[in-house]
Amino acid sequence: MNLTLKIWRQKSASDKGKMVDYKVTDISEHMSFLEMMDVLNEQLIAEGHEPVAFDHDCREGICGMCSMYINGEAHGPDRGVTTCQLHMRMFKDGDTITIEPFRATAFPVIKDLVVDRTAFDRIQHAGGYVSVNTSGNTQDANAIPISKHAADEAMDAATCIGCGACVATCKNSSAMLFVGAKVSQYALLPQGQVEAADRVQNMVAQMDLEGFGNCTNTGACEIECPKGISLENIARMNRELMKASIK
Amino acid sequence: MSGFFKSSIGRKVAMALSAFFLMFFLLQHFAINILSVFSADTFNEVSHFMGTNPLIQYVLQPVLIFGVVFHFVMGFVLEIKNKKARQVAYVKNNGTANSSWMSRNMIWSGLAILAFIVLHFIDFWFPEINTKFIQGDWSGMHEGVEGYRYFHELQEKFVSPIRVGAYVLAFIFLALHLLHGFTSAFQSMGYTAMHKKTLQNIGKAYAIIIPLGFIFIAIYHHFNHIH
Repeated sequence: MNLTLKIWRQKSASDKGKMVDYKVTDISEHMSFLEMMDVLNEQLIAEGHEPVAFDHDCREGICGMCSMYINGEAHGPDRGVTTCQLHMRMFKDGDTITIEPFRATAFPVIKDLVVDRTAFDRIQHAGGYVSVNTSGNTQDANAIPISKHAADEAMDAATCIGCGACVATCKNSSAMLFVGAKVSQYALLPQGQVEAADRVQNMVAQMDLEGFGNCTNTGACEIECPKGISLENIARMNRELMKASIK
Repeated sequence: MSGFFKSSIGRKVAMALSAFFLMFFLLQHFAINILSVFSADTFNEVSHFMGTNPLIQYVLQPVLIFGVVFHFVMGFVLEIKNKKARQVAYVKNNGTANSSWMSRNMIWSGLAILAFIVLHFIDFWFPEINTKFIQGDWSGMHEGVEGYRYFHELQEKFVSPIRVGAYVLAFIFLALHLLHGFTSAFQSMGYTAMHKKTLQNIGKAYAIIIPLGFIFIAIYHHFNHIH
């Protein structure tokens, strides 16, 4: 298939940036979206132009590195996939595809389609862990009885790969689905409950400090999340913070 | 606890609490207004009670005003903060793919309701405050009107088709606001409302029945003007 690509080009963080049109030809519908971007970049390099910078790593939907806002949606028009898992069969011959970086004040553009998502790392550092003594005397996690329901819910929350699609999609650039998932995966398990109050307070404080917006429950994040993280995690985070504040 | 209300989640909770209060107020306002369709006398009696009871006038009325002002001011504050969280807009954004129009436009439906409240205050609340608190007339009577004045005043307002049209339009915006706001308030309070079918249905029923009822009252009095 032959496509027209409208891509955000920005030389550096301080550059103003603009949309630039490109043509790509003979794209197979079996290609992933990133492979299509590789074809474009090879073409640009052959022509002596600067290739388009974009984040990617595992290319199997696990690492959370690939981003891109494709035709007005985070990770493109497919559901439950990252950009690397998005296939060109989702598009038609002759289509014009608009490709932009994830937009949020807390996710500044570094170059072209690459954004700085270290705000998520700082939120994790603020409390997204359990303090476990790893000196060799650690208790076997399986020795602690955990209900199947809680274990499943915690696992579902833990599937968040921190890609930032929730922030990119949210009309308020809110990070509450991400933080809700990280708070939930620990709050549901006995190992995490010991530090639950401090964790939620510190992570929410860091989230606010980073300049993410407020959740208005549009639900867009859960629809666009490649891992299907549920809004229930935001509700749980709200409960956890209320509980922690009353203590 | 003061730190809680300064956090983004605390603001959401405060927004939800004021929303609950306003939704309860709306329900009682509707319950009283619908009486005007069935019995002018009952409507007059209840209106006089509401208009002269000290608890309602001096305690609940100020709380209501605070609730209304708080909900609007907080709504604007959150909107400004949210706009700052994305200073560069997308060239192409497909909002319809993942969220409802109502959820994305709460500020606009809210502004339409604010404009309506201004009109509503000019129509009813300011004259009422003037009569009772400035002129000092708590009798509920009006020259040339038999019995209490409330039903008469209500019908007078709905003679104008332009005013009825404005009220109908405002109630449509109110319905749009509530269609998202009802479940959203529960979700903000930590209840997983967006995934609970029963609560969604109650929310939809509330968001449609109450504004539709108000529309019916306005149109009913327009066509059944007895003076």
